[in-house]
Amino acid sequence: MTRTRPVISVWLVMALLFIGVLSGCATSRSVEVPARHNLDEFPKEKVASPFDVYDPIEGFNRGVYRFNYYFDTFFYLPIVEFYETITPNFVQDRVSNFFDNISEVSTLANCLLQFKGGCVVKTVGRVAINSTVGIGGLWDPATHWGIDRQREDFGQTLGYYGIGDGPYLVLPVFGPSNLRDAFGLAAEKAAFEVIDPFNFEHNEEIGAAFYTTGAVDQRHKIRFRYFDSGSPFEYELIRMLYAKYRQAEIKK
Amino acid sequence: MKNPVLRSVLGVMAILLAVPGLLAAYDYPVANPYIATIAGTPSEFMAELPAGIRVKQLQLKVFEDRDVPPVFWYQKKLKYSLAWQKEKAPLIFVIAAAGTGYNAPRMQVLQRAFFKAGFHVVCLPSPTHPNFIVTASTTGVPGNVREDASDLYRVMTQIREDLQDRIEVSEFFLTGYSLGGAETAFLAKLDEEKKVFNFRKVLMINPPVSLYSSIRILDQMLVRNVPGGLDNLNAFIDRVMTKFSGVYQKLDTLDFNNNVLYQVFEEKGTSDKEMAALIGISFRLISSNMIITADVFNNAGYLVPKNHILSSTDSTTDYLKVAFRISFEKYFDEFFYPFFKARSPGLTKEALIESVSLRSIEKYLASTEKIGVIANEDDLILAPGELDYLRQVFGKRAKIYPHGGHLGNIDYRENVDYMLRFFSERGEEP
Repeated sequence: MTRTRPVISVWLVMALLFIGVLSGCATSRSVEVPARHNLDEFPKEKVASPFDVYDPIEGFNRGVYRFNYYFDTFFYLPIVEFYETITPNFVQDRVSNFFDNISEVSTLANCLLQFKGGCVVKTVGRVAINSTVGIGGLWDPATHWGIDRQREDFGQTLGYYGIGDGPYLVLPVFGPSNLRDAFGLAAEKAAFEVIDPFNFEHNEEIGAAFYTTGAVDQRHKIRFRYFDSGSPFEYELIRMLYAKYRQAEIKK
Repeated sequence: MKNPVLRSVLGVMAILLAVPGLLAAYDYPVANPYIATIAGTPSEFMAELPAGIRVKQLQLKVFEDRDVPPVFWYQKKLKYSLAWQKEKAPLIFVIAAAGTGYNAPRMQVLQRAFFKAGFHVVCLPSPTHPNFIVTASTTGVPGNVREDASDLYRVMTQIREDLQDRIEVSEFFLTGYSLGGAETAFLAKLDEEKKVFNFRKVLMINPPVSLYSSIRILDQMLVRNVPGGLDNLNAFIDRVMTKFSGVYQKLDTLDFNNNVLYQVFEEKGTSDKEMAALIGISFRLISSNMIITADVFNNAGYLVPKNHILSSTDSTTDYLKVAFRISFEKYFDEFFYPFFKARSPGLTKEALIESVSLRSIEKYLASTEKIGVIANEDDLILAPGELDYLRQVFGKRAKIYPHGGHLGNIDYRENVDYMLRFFSERGEEP
């Protein structure tokens, strides 16, 4: 494990924010009157609704969802925005390509685990081309040549072998997930540390720079902003999209 | 065309061939209005817009003493954006479509186009967007275009004051698309009385003529096109998700562009019925957002029990399920119309419908030279006869394209050129 001081203070900030989120607010209530419309009118919604996702700890998940908003607003996004201000777009794209190229090694491993021949061939081709012609993955000529990026991760591999989603989870910082995918994510991170392909064990500073830049690039690449849609149902919609998206990916 | 090299060669040729088209007739390439509405303009036909512009998200406290229900804890102030010029310049307000915020993708298209043309650009959310309803709507019941326009006018006036120290404005312009287009017309009329801005020119982009009839069309799109009706929505969504699985893994990332959507339409084949259902779903989500917000804000007991206070961690899934089953028409009859009738007794449903239609300000629209309209012949939200109505009322001030669906051609280069020309020909007819 390569943990430097700044990382420790990150966890401290997170913990403090987290406590703030969980201490909810108590409010006084007057007598409730039943609403004009309720679920009894639509019996089918109780058995087959696209908005239903197994979410036994919804209250907690919503708390984490809100925590992620604060984490983004006060910590993660300011750093990402600073990064976007000080680096030209050209550099940002090179950085993104670099990390994408590395992540494709994990895609490859998961294609192999699922015996997906086409995926293996394409991903090997992509990594080979992008690491050489694309100069260490800084460019992505493979996509221009029509070899599309494949996306497989360990959560999908587990799903492929019949492991169910498990309860929906909103992970701190990482966001929407479920028990299976959270396990998959943790396993991939652990495998990376164990294999240590870049020998970070003996180059701690490079390792720290790698993880930090990777985390910034990760957020830079994602457009999503918590509570930005304005929809009072954003939590449900994201949950539905996540569940359906993963189902479709696993079926592929 | 499986060969990727051949494909890219053909792609380059298509672009080269398209260049002389800049001067030629309307060559918007998407003839199917459903595809145009969903996927927009293919990238090689888009207007060239600057990527990084000088823009800032700003917030405005509209009502000092307003209490926001706890479930809307993240909606304390009205959010809008300003893209500004360093020197004195004209300012244009842009109003978003129903249910969308100040930074919706199409808002960003207009923001960049007008910024490039030398305007200060202020992008405002639709008065039907929850952020606006909670922070800036007087009644909290959106959709009454007249009231919404006067709420917008108040917001715009405050923004003008807020920005006085930051930017120098030479004169004011106004535009909006879809519902924002209709609101634009009512705002222009209001400005003739209040004269805060004295808008030089005003452009409505793909507005509905009658809000009520457009809403019914959108309601029907959902109800008629999901196979087996809303009881089978889950199966339909599963099928669509599988079909689009290649798209949405890119949907949220920066490398997404809508050519990915065209690829799916081309390779997997998507029927008009399916696309109509998708448009219907997206409208129903917008209307669900509006209804729950209006309900909670007014403690109206429509979906959420009266006096029930939702906290930020309470589940709202059951309310979503019910809201998704309520057509806008039903909401109109059960909530919207009674709400406004209670405020002005004697108001008939017909009179309310008429008052939120462009027809109610027809005389003004026909006589003022400053207002123009852009419409598409195959716009999905226009009822039969409404296109002719626009032609007749606006005459030469109506620019009508043969294709584009609803807003599909908003970033099509020729259309953007037209918008800029419209505003640059000041005071004169374009």
